[in-house]
Amino acid sequence: MAKMIVAVIEQRDGKIKKAGYEAASTAAALASKLGCPVAALIPASTVENPEKIANYGISDIKILNASAFANYSQSGYAGAIVDQVNAMGADVLVFANTAMGKDLAPFVAAKLNAGVVADATHIDDEGGKLTAIRPIFAGKALQKVVPTSEIKVFSLRPNVFPLVESSVAPAVTTIPIDSPDLSSAAVEIKKAGEKLDVAEADIVVSGGRGLKDAEQFRLIEELAAVLGGAVGASRAVVDAGWRPHSEQVGQTGKTVTPSLYIACGISGAIQHLAGMTSSKYIVAINKDKDAPIFSIADYGITGDVFEVLPPLIEELKKVVSH
Amino acid sequence: MKIAVCVSNVPDTATKIKIAAGGKEIDKTGVTFIVNPYDEFAIEEAVKTKEKFGGETVVISVGDDPNKEIMRKALAMGIDSGVLLKTSETLDSNGVATLLAEEIKSGDYDIVFMGKQSVDFDSSTTGQLTAQKAGFNCVSVCVSLEFDGNNITAEREIEGGREVVKTTLPAVITAQKGLNEPRYPNLKGIMEAKRKPLAEKPLSAPAPLVEVVELSLPPAKAAGKILGSDASAVPELVRLLREEAKVI
Ligand SMILES: Cc1cc2nc3c(=O)[nH]c(=O)nc-3n(C[C@H](O)[C@H](O)[C@H](O)COP(=O)(O)OP(=O)(O)OC[C@H]3O[C@@H](n4cnc5c(N)ncnc54)[C@H](O)[C@@H]3O)c2cc1C
Ligand SMILES: Nc1ncnc2c1ncn2[C@@H]1O[C@H](COP(=O)(O)O)[C@@H](O)[C@H]1O
Repeated sequence: MAKMIVAVIEQRDGKIKKAGYEAASTAAALASKLGCPVAALIPASTVENPEKIANYGISDIKILNASAFANYSQSGYAGAIVDQVNAMGADVLVFANTAMGKDLAPFVAAKLNAGVVADATHIDDEGGKLTAIRPIFAGKALQKVVPTSEIKVFSLRPNVFPLVESSVAPAVTTIPIDSPDLSSAAVEIKKAGEKLDVAEADIVVSGGRGLKDAEQFRLIEELAAVLGGAVGASRAVVDAGWRPHSEQVGQTGKTVTPSLYIACGISGAIQHLAGMTSSKYIVAINKDKDAPIFSIADYGITGDVFEVLPPLIEELKKVVSH
Repeated sequence: MKIAVCVSNVPDTATKIKIAAGGKEIDKTGVTFIVNPYDEFAIEEAVKTKEKFGGETVVISVGDDPNKEIMRKALAMGIDSGVLLKTSETLDSNGVATLLAEEIKSGDYDIVFMGKQSVDFDSSTTGQLTAQKAGFNCVSVCVSLEFDGNNITAEREIEGGREVVKTTLPAVITAQKGLNEPRYPNLKGIMEAKRKPLAEKPLSAPAPLVEVVELSLPPAKAAGKILGSDASAVPELVRLLREEAKVI
């Protein structure tokens, strides 16, 4: 049985990420089920409102503090986390499978001789064994796995695990990390504008070859803007140079799990579906009624995007307010 | 520089997945295996790095005889030689990384290229695990890479941008699309690949740290509603999104 569960919380620019709260909430729920203590670790130089983690059931909040931790460092963060995990005797670690978590969780796991279950969409205790489910083959199959090592590391697919509010009293401590190992460290972030990333958005509007050319993609941008969502793209339009690869959704692009995914002029090739089938609601607009995208859509319009999108944008402007 | 590139073979991305008897693996009958798409960027970067700085390139793969086919593709793209770390057992990422790290340490490599993810089990862990086990630095999901002596400046893709990372050799770099444009093997390359050395080292599999209990297919989605074939369906769509789905 578990001795202690630790959630590793991600911050960027001192702000805790939503996926970090998801890790906290999931770790707290597991700990209460297993009847073991739980703590949160935040590698950071500064954190805004760390006590908010207590809203999701963790009172023991530890900031692993170094000025160099203003930027991510795989070696530095991993060293600080591993020392703390060893000091506390924790044996279950929960990360968010974000760009940072994906990089960090396996590195930490290797240092702890721990089995790592990456990109889990479900974790539970089954008869004393922590089991997880993870989508493989880009979601075409589900793998149920059990880490058998003494220490176990999980990383959670963002936007899948619920945020369960259960307030406890926060106890925030700051642990200074002296001379962290910075043999590999980020020195700068180059932002791709202020745009919301498709992998983090709660609403994604994607366009495919049916948009005809790069210029017409403004319809997709407008729809995304009205909904406060992000723009996604099929590989066909990325390969054509209409959109950057950072927007590509699918097997060789990003995996997204928004509440709402709107596919416009996208056929729904198996490699595209791979990246978005676990979206909560899927809308498809395609003039070919036999397009495979309709087989997974909750709502479909079998029409021309150029006829449907402008009135849809107008209609939504009337009802949605941000 | 001594340069390694690690490659895995994966089912063609259009493969329809069937579960094999026993319920833990996929049914491989009729499945075409290809070089993991991200490993093509890794192979290209290995070849380019040698073209720039000289040295030697080696393709390494953990697996069985079928892996030789994808290793030959790497040789055809310009890699000098290959080492197959041969095992007939299915390994977890930790097992693969353990074998790769041993080979890399004993081979005195300076840099190791891998893909950011293999599109079969989608773990995205092997590069980081191998780096840590070999005592190498690591940059994952790399889209730009520059060397200045032993110093590396790399850019990795993160949400909403790129992170510029500084580190030093020896290092493991995992490649993301955008790092380069992989070359197509030409006829000369394909012919030469047949004569390039491809060594085999039989190895026993390390015990797994993660066990597969069962593989299943995701539940089929119920058929959705087709609301119409033109703009007249828009108000109903907006109503359903607000009142039924409650997502806007
Ligand atoms: C190794 C590999 C990896 C891949 N990875 C990815 C990936 O990550 N992501 C990805 O998306 N693809 C990927 N693909 C490519 C994939 O197979 C498809 O080629 C691609 O998704 C097709 O893009 P599309 O739907 O935009 O274009 P198309 O398949 O050409 O579809 C265009 C659709 O638009 C519709 N249309 C046309 N005009 C209109 C109109 N006026 N109004 C409404 N509808 C219209 C058509 O009916 C059609 O269904 C990969 C392929 C391979 C081999
Ligand atoms: N069996 C293998 N042999 C050699 N390299 C591998 C193997 N499996 C994975 N890799 C490498 O590790 C990368 C990431 O794989 P994964 O962690 O499985 O997503 C791949 O792109 C390969 O470069």
